[in-house]
Amino acid sequence: MIETGEILQTMRMIQEENFDIRTITLGINLLDCSEPEADRCADRVYDKICYTARNLVHTGEEIEKEFGIPIVNKRISVTPISMIAQGDPVPIARALDRAAREVGVNFLGGYSALMHKGATNADERLLASIPQVLSETNLLCSSVNVASTRAGINMNAVREMGQIIKKTAAMTASSDGLGCAKLVVFANAVEDNPFMAGAFCGVGEPECAINVGVSGPGVVKVALESVKGQPFDVVAETIKRTAFKITRVGQLVAREASRRLNIPFGIVDLSLAPTPARGDSVAHILTEMGLEYAGAPGTTAALALLNDAVKKGGIMASNHVGGLSGAFIPVSEDIGMIEAAAAGALSLEKLEAMTCVCSVGLDMIAIPGETPAETISGIIADEAAIGMINNKTTAVRVIPAVGKKAGDTVEFGGLLGHAPVMPVNSFRNEAFINRGGRIPAPLHSMRN
Amino acid sequence: MTKALISVTGLDSTGIIAKVATKLSEMNINILDISQTILDGYFTMMMVVDLDGAHLRFEEIDRELQPVRDELKMTIHMQRMDIFDAMHRI
Repeated sequence: MIETGEILQTMRMIQEENFDIRTITLGINLLDCSEPEADRCADRVYDKICYTARNLVHTGEEIEKEFGIPIVNKRISVTPISMIAQGDPVPIARALDRAAREVGVNFLGGYSALMHKGATNADERLLASIPQVLSETNLLCSSVNVASTRAGINMNAVREMGQIIKKTAAMTASSDGLGCAKLVVFANAVEDNPFMAGAFCGVGEPECAINVGVSGPGVVKVALESVKGQPFDVVAETIKRTAFKITRVGQLVAREASRRLNIPFGIVDLSLAPTPARGDSVAHILTEMGLEYAGAPGTTAALALLNDAVKKGGIMASNHVGGLSGAFIPVSEDIGMIEAAAAGALSLEKLEAMTCVCSVGLDMIAIPGETPAETISGIIADEAAIGMINNKTTAVRVIPAVGKKAGDTVEFGGLLGHAPVMPVNSFRNEAFINRGGRIPAPLHSMRN
Repeated sequence: MTKALISVTGLDSTGIIAKVATKLSEMNINILDISQTILDGYFTMMMVVDLDGAHLRFEEIDRELQPVRDELKMTIHMQRMDIFDAMHRI
């Protein structure tokens, strides 16, 4: 029998410490919707999504009510659209946005291209359409994979993405460059990621699958409050225990959603995903470990411990773990990161170092609107290199804030939050970026 | 067996357990376990119940509890027991 203390602990985690299931994401294969004629393809895409996801939101809400755990987002990820768009991808983009609205999800990811080794004609068409698509649609998210450990870095794609990010920012300038918040550039993108903006349903995935992302940085922070001043062995153990509990609930929700929707369970993403709400911050876990701000010397070590302990605790709690799994460090979506950036404790370079040891990469960072496309490409190349060499996923989601300079603030609202515009190293790199070509894949032995 | 936890919290008064239990019995919901304390005049009760006997769906049962909430002016929360088992038992 469960003891009263245990029941109260669970309730406290949910009601006071912001523990929630961050997302149930339904992956849907669209390969069978491919048609030479764009409008017909768009219709098939729309119909398939509306049919497959017809019960997703309702079922999510039902589980939420019965189990008493908030499920913040219900989302869809689809096959990278460059793989099914034989012609103009824009009508398909519009159909995806309509379908997402129709079934009631809050984001749909997969307006994507995988071009780590090179681009197909469809990839090129999709890339060129991204600024327009992200300015015209509301719920669609886009991602582009430009590098992998096995293929190296496609520097042509890196160059192009710098320009596309600039163009997207310009076309969504009235909303502080919101379009760029829906666009991620990846190295080693994963096929079963339930988190936006980078979710897509990879080609190795089944017809459809339920992927669940858990969250609960607040729960970890509160747990660490009880071990103040104790050595890191105790810190790691405390995080592991907490991550285990959080993930068990993620597994329960995933299994239940899978059963009710009659759609196979894919993975649980062992994540700590912050929101701008106080008490829901990854940065505050780091400060709880003894740092004045995220970014202070020691931050990378603290994050490495956190990330590893979350995985170790979570892995036994779920029978399939996947996605990005680890701690996210978006700037605008985390109140502690916002405070650190505003106080000058956190620089782009420190964030880059932090991405070496955590879940993803440079995430939700506002940069001056004047930042040249080549500089953005340089940032992408550096981040991709970290991913490529270290065999991990890395990503860049930066938002050039049109008309704003370092120190100004941008406001995205909701889960996307707000952020101070961070200064960017302004030394030039055009000659480097304009070389193009491919950085070869690294050696897989002699790993020092 | 579909088990649920019903937690009842609020200011203490006469007949809380009786009223909640009567309502559950009307819906043919069996009470498996009950624990109750009063801290500083604040009433906290937890009941583990078996929902299988009820002919109502989860949300209907929850709706049926609304008049009891209103009458007692207490917070009554019902959630599936599985979440506690998942979190605290291997």
